[in-house]
Amino acid sequence: MSSVKEIEVREGVDRETVEKVAALSGKYKHGWETEIETEYAPKGLNTDIVRLISEKNGEPAWMTEWRLQAFARWQTMTEPKWAMVNYPEIDFQDQYYYARPKSMMQKPKSLDEVDPKLLATYAKLGIPLKEQMILAGVDGAEDMPSEGRKVAVDAVFDSVSVGTTFKEELKKAGVIFCAISEAIREYPDLVKKYLGSVVPVTDNYYATLNSAVFSDGSFVYIPPGVRCPMELSTYFRINAENTGQFERTLIIADKGSFVSYLEGCTAPKRDQAQLHAAVVEIVIEEDAEVKYSTVQNWYPGDENGKGGIYNFVTKRADCRGDRAKVMWTQVETGSAVTWKYPSCILRGEASQGEFYSIAITNNMQQADTGTKMVHLGANTRSRIVSKGISAGQAQNTYRGLVSMHPKAKNSRNYTQCDSLLIGDKCGAHTVPYIEVKNNSSRVEHEATTSKVDDDQMFYCLSRGIGEEEAVALIVNGFCKEVLQALPMEFAMEAQQLVAISLEGSVG
Amino acid sequence: MALPKLKADATEARLAPLSLPQGGAAWAEAARHDALNRVGAMGLPARRDEYWRYTNPADLLSPQAPRAALFVSDELPPFDAVDRLKVVFVDGVIDPAQSDDLTLAGLEITTLADALSQDAHWSREVFGQLEARGQKPVERAFAALNTAFAAEGVVIRAMGKAAKPVSLIYRRSTETADALMHHVIRVESGADLSVLENGPAAARLNTVMEVDVADGGAFHHVRTQGRDRERRAATHIFARVGEGATYKSFTLTVNGALTRNETVIEILGDDAVAHVAGACLGDGADFNHDDTVFITHDALRCESRQVFKKVLKNGATGIFQGKILVKPGAQKTDGYQISQSLLLDDDSQFLAKPELEIYADDVACSHGSTSGAIDETALFYLRSRGVPEKEAVDLLTLAFLAEAMDEIEDQALADDLRGRLVAWLRRRH
Repeated sequence: MSSVKEIEVREGVDRETVEKVAALSGKYKHGWETEIETEYAPKGLNTDIVRLISEKNGEPAWMTEWRLQAFARWQTMTEPKWAMVNYPEIDFQDQYYYARPKSMMQKPKSLDEVDPKLLATYAKLGIPLKEQMILAGVDGAEDMPSEGRKVAVDAVFDSVSVGTTFKEELKKAGVIFCAISEAIREYPDLVKKYLGSVVPVTDNYYATLNSAVFSDGSFVYIPPGVRCPMELSTYFRINAENTGQFERTLIIADKGSFVSYLEGCTAPKRDQAQLHAAVVEIVIEEDAEVKYSTVQNWYPGDENGKGGIYNFVTKRADCRGDRAKVMWTQVETGSAVTWKYPSCILRGEASQGEFYSIAITNNMQQADTGTKMVHLGANTRSRIVSKGISAGQAQNTYRGLVSMHPKAKNSRNYTQCDSLLIGDKCGAHTVPYIEVKNNSSRVEHEATTSKVDDDQMFYCLSRGIGEEEAVALIVNGFCKEVLQALPMEFAMEAQQLVAISLEGSVG
Repeated sequence: MALPKLKADATEARLAPLSLPQGGAAWAEAARHDALNRVGAMGLPARRDEYWRYTNPADLLSPQAPRAALFVSDELPPFDAVDRLKVVFVDGVIDPAQSDDLTLAGLEITTLADALSQDAHWSREVFGQLEARGQKPVERAFAALNTAFAAEGVVIRAMGKAAKPVSLIYRRSTETADALMHHVIRVESGADLSVLENGPAAARLNTVMEVDVADGGAFHHVRTQGRDRERRAATHIFARVGEGATYKSFTLTVNGALTRNETVIEILGDDAVAHVAGACLGDGADFNHDDTVFITHDALRCESRQVFKKVLKNGATGIFQGKILVKPGAQKTDGYQISQSLLLDDDSQFLAKPELEIYADDVACSHGSTSGAIDETALFYLRSRGVPEKEAVDLLTLAFLAEAMDEIEDQALADDLRGRLVAWLRRRH
């Protein structure tokens, strides 16, 4: 805590807030490593590696070809430099693109056959790979009544999926939930139809790289009219050194279906930065709804910026059908560098996109994150609530696009971005792009760095509520807006992670 | 780093017909060469440059100015009723015959050519210097081009309170006039100066105004960019604001095929105030109006305002790129930025990028941006009170622009421009 006291804290910033932020950064509790024999593909990146990954996953020829085309394309691309993040040049040849525990050479047929070391790893992370009624990651969940909610988990360890729980039960409901490597073999038609249809192979530098070398990830298909009987979750763990993790997630919500999907991730403490470049594609058909929640807790590096994960992620949801709905919720606390913009393509008429985000950066962390709301269909709606908290020497940027196309008549967007700075060495930035191409739509964007809405304040004061109390009320209400958007399983963890009072945002 | 070939070629093509002005003192020649080197190093903007994502610079890049029909107006020019010192430029060249005698108590006024020919002129501390400072972090190559090649302009130094405003009046006589003008202004400590600008200027206009406001100085700027339909303009203001100083600028734009107004303000002294505002009425698919503002706070307790309102119809495009940069240590900064558009029909568009970049924790910075159609409820209210629809729309349009118009401090000028707005709105119907 000594470092906390060195920070010059301005009046009004709650000491508790500062301490909690510091406590969070000082104690990365998932920084341990699992000692397990690991099999690596040779270091470096070339067509042989791409073929090797494809072969390890037992992929059909069309998939290998798809990867090779992506790789050829990637070689012609240059790394994007527009984000407000700085990091040393990445040597793409100086790392491993495939690492799997030796015990996974023969894919276990059931969870019982999985290497106990792996099971222990997930148990330690609070994600027991057992089909039991349990709230993942919640202390004291053992005491929950036995009819507690179920969460199916797909656990990805370095480059492979270790196992998926509740598969059979989900199958009864018609839901497919499995590793994407398995889906490519078992459900090629579905994969062929949707893979790359939301994030094209050529989309951006990291997405193209991912298309070439992704090793595993999760696949979800919810058939028409099905409300997924339990929450689905994928837990990503990077363990091997010097290895990039490239996972690919594909979620398809067919007409009238619903699914809530959770994603968590951690990595050991290492001095060397590691690359994580994921792609998440979500297809949402007519009247379907997907909730996608992330608690991103990759190793952020130490106080001096040594080590940590470079998190370059492309996430996009395509609301193809009318009245389709997607909700992204993210709590970003980890990673040395974050470059992530979960986006919504609102193609279907009256489709809806929501984005709720809390991004906390401390020490030398850098986050450039936000969303894109692309309104293509009429009567589409979107809402963006983003809160950035910056401490230490961290840089936190909200970058977003709201685009109303000419045909998106009567559409609506509301954006609110708030930033809080703790200490005078950090930075908070807002880079919104607003493009309105019809006049029946309304777009509102507000961003503040410190103030509570004057109207709300005036309302409270005029009702006889004291200033301090009014501020607490308003700010609490605001933070909750994001936290409450999380499913219960994550809300607990997120609150532990965030556990921050935003009272200091009043100057 | 070498420029991409396309960019290098485009830059070379634009520079080919230009030649460096002769007759400058050694320092002026050096400043022009430095500017030319800046242009060479950064290259002129291209369509894919981030800073030009919403405005196509093609018409500013062509070696010759695109032809623009002369605009004949039957109304009195703005500021005609105001007591002022007139400096008239025709096709970007100063015309002493039409201008007033350049003497006024409290001021020192001369032409750019004259100032730059003197060995020890005060303007050497400003000319090309503020423009060069304004090239980081965002490049403004057209401004550097202006510094290198502009031979015309005024150089004003205010040493006390100017008795009346200096009015720069731009006239144009040909359909192809391609004007480069560079004005240098220094407001000394405690001095107070107002500068007015109006008139069609040229078929294509590139201006740079460097404004150095010393501690406790005050600078007011009111500009109209008139109804001249086909002209193209890229204007740049680079201001440096000292302790306790005031900088205020307002621009009213109506029509014009292309307008790119860049304002770069660096607040270096504590307790200073900088306001930039603009109102624009755009009509027609050939209308493209771009306000690009960059305000840097590098001192304590300073206030900045960016207030931009655009009314667009018949396919007009309005653009706002605004930024507030608060440097480390610039505590107690109060920065506010609002950009709004009123889209009167479905074909018009508003593109905005309102940015904040903040490195100090005790600041109050906010921005807002909205876009939408006229408020149906308000319209219905006025109609139900017997106001004809067109008039009701005009009323609501004026109300929408009011916040920007209110930034004009001088009431006589504000009333003049308000009256003009009403007239312009009426004659369109």
